[in-house]
Amino acid sequence: MAHPSVEQVWEWLETIPDPEIPVISLIDLGIIRDVAWEDNTCVVSVTPTYSGCPATSMINMDIETKLRDCGLTKIELRRKLSPAWTTDWLSEKGAAALEKYGIAPPQPAGGPQRCPHCQGTQLEKLSQFGSTPCKAQWRCQTCLEPFEYFKCI
Amino acid sequence: MAEVDQKALLQFLLRMGDNTLVLGHRVSEWCGHSPILEEDIALANTALDLIGQTQLWLGYAAEVQGEGKSADDLAFLRDAWDFRNVLLTELPNGDFGQTMMRQFLFDAFQSVILARLLKSSDTTVSEIAAKAIKEVAYHVERSADTVVGLGDGTEESHSRMQAALDYLYPYVGEMFLSDDVDAAMAAAGVCPDPTTLREEYDALVSKVMANATLAIPANAYTHKGGRTGYMHTEHLGHLLTSMQWLQRAYPGCEW
Repeated sequence: MAHPSVEQVWEWLETIPDPEIPVISLIDLGIIRDVAWEDNTCVVSVTPTYSGCPATSMINMDIETKLRDCGLTKIELRRKLSPAWTTDWLSEKGAAALEKYGIAPPQPAGGPQRCPHCQGTQLEKLSQFGSTPCKAQWRCQTCLEPFEYFKCI
Repeated sequence: MAEVDQKALLQFLLRMGDNTLVLGHRVSEWCGHSPILEEDIALANTALDLIGQTQLWLGYAAEVQGEGKSADDLAFLRDAWDFRNVLLTELPNGDFGQTMMRQFLFDAFQSVILARLLKSSDTTVSEIAAKAIKEVAYHVERSADTVVGLGDGTEESHSRMQAALDYLYPYVGEMFLSDDVDAAMAAAGVCPDPTTLREEYDALVSKVMANATLAIPANAYTHKGGRTGYMHTEHLGHLLTSMQWLQRAYPGCEW
């Protein structure tokens, strides 16, 4: 039986939003590492962001649901631990979407470049840990608004 | 890898996974009780990372054990005498300062051992280490900063941090003890002998304690018995009755 191409599966996956930050897709987040057909089974390799990220099971369920809705019946999700996920895999499109949403995207310097609300550059760190393991809490000293920073890992 | 003694490997994995499980549960006890919101969130995040690492270590332990068990089975269906965590991780939280001192003493150990495990001859061990070390880098940065902030803080916070260090330091030595399991792991290239990690650990801890204006106790006495399972403190049983309550009350319960 002919099955949809790998490219087609990637396109479908591109439409699945991250459950925590719905403005970026799982592809933008860089956690889907591979899509392949093994006989008639579609194998999707997924890497966790943080080892204890509670969204992981939700993400797996969303992938499976989406691919079933697209007509696939034999799907296997594989956890791929290595190489470990890094924020370097976040796409440029994803980084721009994050900022527009109010979350400062990760920077090589280890802190946010500017306030996602007012673009101010006088910033202070409130806490290295935020509402999810992947984010830190910062505040802009210009507009005084707190905001989240997607930290580098 | 065929040469590695599977029984010793299992013990090594249980030691790694039980450390993160028991400390992860301890830290989670702060959820909703921390001094300020940011610290509450940071502690909950740390606990979550530790439990996540536990899933990896105990998941692999269950695989090596080969009895068809899962990480959950190992976490929830064993009793105190089967746990292999160091005593440090099961000690009560005490005040916030004591919790953060315990966290730093453990984070420092994790940062040293995980860096060595990146080169483990066991691929799964090195992959887990590569994942965990990124999280631990954030943990140790925060716990070290907090120990310095409170140690070199007010008279009150300084005396509490010194008391925490005096209480916890006799539990540090257990992390660097060595037995047949460690010898087997070192021989197979899975994990270096813990005694070889002490120098690097001491350098890190000494630096942070100096910045925190805290004095490391001179007494070298070491409480032990956790990582071998010979004898845990009375605190572990109480922790387990809370952590394992659901599976004990409703065996096999799932949702």
